[in-house]
Amino acid sequence: MTMSINLVLLFLLVIIAIAAVTIKDLLSAVILLGAYSFLMALAWVEMQSVDVGFMEATVGAGVTTAFMIAALARTTRWEKK
Amino acid sequence: MNPAKEKGSVVVQTVSRIMIPFIQLFALYVIFHGSLGPGGGFQGGAVFASSFILYIVVFNIARGKKRVPESTNTALSSAGLYIYAGVGLLSMIFSLGAAQYLNYGFIPFTSHFEGNRAIGIDLVEIGVGMTVMAIMISIFFDLAWDKGKEKEE
Repeated sequence: MTMSINLVLLFLLVIIAIAAVTIKDLLSAVILLGAYSFLMALAWVEMQSVDVGFMEATVGAGVTTAFMIAALARTTRWEKK
Repeated sequence: MNPAKEKGSVVVQTVSRIMIPFIQLFALYVIFHGSLGPGGGFQGGAVFASSFILYIVVFNIARGKKRVPESTNTALSSAGLYIYAGVGLLSMIFSLGAAQYLNYGFIPFTSHFEGNRAIGIDLVEIGVGMTVMAIMISIFFDLAWDKGKEKEE
């Protein structure tokens, strides 16, 4: 049971990571990284490490996403070809 | 009314105005519950900072700067560091030559060793939370604050 949950989580993590690297819209990449952090937090909690999962959810998904959007507001939104 | 000041969505502003006190209450819970369960000074400080970041994002950044000024950030970050180091030095002094840095049980807050330890842990985590909160807010200000735009307005 936990093995299958782990497999689904890791599969989604790999897909989101590849999408975040390849996408041309940088704002979408930032939002995808937030989703990546939330899934990673779920994976940490599933591995009985609630403290690290909490850390990932607050800093990785909350604060870092806001930082990256703030940095993105100073540059352009679309990646150059 | 000045249209430049009324940019944001009313729904988002109202919801975040309701949610921000609960986020801050949860941050305080995380800080003070850190010795018993998951959480602690760093996580609580990050949640507290994210509540202020939500305020700055939803409302104007100039209003956020007025609410959380840079001088307060500097004062809070250094005060948290001084609380941390001060509790460590106090326990070093009260342990009478054993040089037990951050061994909170020796500081005579109460008559019990365990009570002293609980109060010392809470004090240290308040210090860590204050520093983390102030530093994260000032990092966000440094990233988002556009000085050229301010001169135009």
